[in-house]
Amino acid sequence: MNDVAPAFTYAFAASPCGGLRTAVGGTDVTLRASGALWLEAARILVVADLHLEKGSAYAARGQMLPPYDTRETLRRLAAEVAATAPAAVVLLGDTFHDRKAEGRLSAADAGALVALAEGRRLVWVVGNHDADGPRALPGETVDEIRVEGLVLRHEPQAGAQPGEVAGHLHPAARVVAPRGTVRRRCFITDGERVVLPAFGAYAGGLNVRDAAFAGLFVRPPLAGALGDRRVRAVGWRQLAGD
Amino acid sequence: MRGPGGAQPIVDLLLSEGRVPWAGHTAQHAMAEVYEAIKRARTALVFVNTRFQAEFAFQELWRLNEDALPIALHHGSLAAEQRRKVEAAMARGGLRAVVCTSTLDLGIDWGDVDLVIQLASPKGASRMVQRIGRANHRLDEPSRALFVPANRFEMLECQAAREAIAENRLDGDPPRVGALDVLAQHVMGCACSEPFDMLALFDEVRSAGPYRDLSWEDFEAVVDFVSTGGYALKTYDRFRRIVQLPDGRWKVRDLNVAQRHRLNVGAIVSPAMLSVRIATRRGQGGRKIGEIEEGMLEMLDPGDTFLFGGQVWALAEVTNLDVLVRPANDRDPKMPSWGSSKFALSTYLAKRVRQLMFDESHWKVLPTDVREWLELQKDRSLIVSEQELLLETFPKGRRNFLVAYPFEGRLAHTTLAMLLTRRLERMGVGPLGFVCNDYALAVWALEPLDGLDFGELFAEDMLGDDLEAWLSESFMMKRAFKGCAIIAGLIEKRFPGEQQKTGRQITFSTDLIYDVLRRHEPDHLLLRCARADAATGLVDVARLGDLLARIKGRIRHIALDHLSPFSVPILLEIGKERSPGDARETILAEAEEDLIAEASQ
Repeated sequence: MNDVAPAFTYAFAASPCGGLRTAVGGTDVTLRASGALWLEAARILVVADLHLEKGSAYAARGQMLPPYDTRETLRRLAAEVAATAPAAVVLLGDTFHDRKAEGRLSAADAGALVALAEGRRLVWVVGNHDADGPRALPGETVDEIRVEGLVLRHEPQAGAQPGEVAGHLHPAARVVAPRGTVRRRCFITDGERVVLPAFGAYAGGLNVRDAAFAGLFVRPPLAGALGDRRVRAVGWRQLAGD
Repeated sequence: MRGPGGAQPIVDLLLSEGRVPWAGHTAQHAMAEVYEAIKRARTALVFVNTRFQAEFAFQELWRLNEDALPIALHHGSLAAEQRRKVEAAMARGGLRAVVCTSTLDLGIDWGDVDLVIQLASPKGASRMVQRIGRANHRLDEPSRALFVPANRFEMLECQAAREAIAENRLDGDPPRVGALDVLAQHVMGCACSEPFDMLALFDEVRSAGPYRDLSWEDFEAVVDFVSTGGYALKTYDRFRRIVQLPDGRWKVRDLNVAQRHRLNVGAIVSPAMLSVRIATRRGQGGRKIGEIEEGMLEMLDPGDTFLFGGQVWALAEVTNLDVLVRPANDRDPKMPSWGSSKFALSTYLAKRVRQLMFDESHWKVLPTDVREWLELQKDRSLIVSEQELLLETFPKGRRNFLVAYPFEGRLAHTTLAMLLTRRLERMGVGPLGFVCNDYALAVWALEPLDGLDFGELFAEDMLGDDLEAWLSESFMMKRAFKGCAIIAGLIEKRFPGEQQKTGRQITFSTDLIYDVLRRHEPDHLLLRCARADAATGLVDVARLGDLLARIKGRIRHIALDHLSPFSVPILLEIGKERSPGDARETILAEAEEDLIAEASQ
């Protein structure tokens, strides 16, 4: 062999819940099929980019998308909370689609968010769409939070960031096979850092082959594509651009 | 409405005595005879059913074209400029033949055409009369046509169509029921031009044939949809797109909304089209030679050769919106999607085919090999009467087959096969696959299939819960929903001052909206529209319902120890079909397996 570094082999394993267990910056994490990240030791559930009230934001501009996206996103989040019983829920930024979104919440949806904070910590990491955090809803507002060797923040920072858990980019994986093409939201990780898929019901996806992801990873990353009930590990070479 | 009858058309049938193929849709066996017919005519129109058939026939004719006759190609995938050239040459009288698809069915009057050739299945008698009408526009002279069946079942179909035309018996399409998504677009259009009164507009809409049965409730729901999206959860009232004036009439909220509506008007949603361009040496897109549906492309891998615009190309690469190709010299290009035409075999013609088949005294009009094939079928299996359904079961290799012959068209058969496989799964038989054509459907499994209760298997109740369950998770519903959402104006394809999509353009997909709406408001107007569209356009539920009613108590099952003469054509289609859309999870699983294999090397 010459002096080229040997190919890196990712360690990953399917977990009984359909998730994928792997390590980020030396910390064990579970990538769940819902798109949430689960830190079992600390009992922390992390979700990114809920974009609540995206539907009504479009409606205000004349495009009447069904007004159920917030309800649906919170229903999925409640199901994840019921499944994992976390000590803390971390909302990793862009929880609201825009700065006025909190004011457009229906009473029922606001109630669901209040319930989320009952009996556990609720942490609002702020993002570019919701830089001020919530006005009336319970929970702590932070720029970033450190836990177990990981740093949880909204937007991935440039350069080496071992242990960074971020959202913001809405990663999506596209797999092309002779029989057809599949495009799914995905986690994307090089073992040093991980970017979470958007959790919001109406949030779209950005192909991980897009230039916005360039420079984030020290080696060809691994995608955890969200399948119907499982996270599927897909290698970089299998991923196609849009 | 029917005008005074002109001279009866003369319709000939190419018998290809002794050489009628068992299966296939290319009519390759008959090309020399087609070429001779073209030579004898002044100008011929050669109609085919699909673009790929057009490409194939065109290439075959050029191979035979020793006299260098000017023969051209015309179909909807070719660049518009190229099509205009062909039309101009035709109008000048400069062409001897044009191979074309339904693009030339209507609206172009060429007095010089004296022969219409129909290659492969005619599908319906009325459609044929329409096509034959392309030849010879003088009423006192008969139009001439030549039917060229591509296989044995098509021989029966062509003969039946010929007799129907001679008897002037036409198969009218069932009347269309006006779609509510189209109505929504119309209501928005009205509001954009001048304020409308709801009652007056309701009366006006009901005066149009397809909407004569429109209910006031549905009309109100459409107006509410146009205004606020029509959701049960009334949170969008303050964002109304159309608003009521003090006198009760409705008008568009502002100029911006009107402008956006105008940009998105149109009721034809075409599938995503990709430009086919010749790859330059640097691997970039050069001259555009036409457009191709995205779905077609999924059947090709880079390096595969295919026919397009009358030439053989090799697929080089697919970029964002371009398909890059290079000229290839391959004489045997890969041909995806043979024979799947969007036109269904008409109900009337199908009935005549079943009658012709059962009536032995009628067989003498058929060529010897087709007659012998029918006799062999009668001998080895069964030929059933027009109202009955023939069902054969037999083992072949390590599989067990169930073949049914409803003659109701591919669309209805595909839906039936989907529903049958769900039922067979529940019965514990575990079907492995199925294949359909216009005449038959075959399902196969590892377990023997002859002991089943077929009356129960084909019971009409499959159109209830089974259909609902299958449809709602099927990709066809999502496709139908997307079409309705665009037409009704929920999704806008174009925005004022639209810019090129750049890097991080995040849009929402209609699939996400479909999933959310289906869970939270399953009876919403757009989901009703999508169901209605899917039921008629994509799965032909009405026809399937008629079929199940027709065969109830009339299923004739025969258990054979090997395959029957009738089953050969459908069995030959196995392996040619790919079913897009239902294999997505498998594709992901296989990608994962590859990675695991790589990791464990």
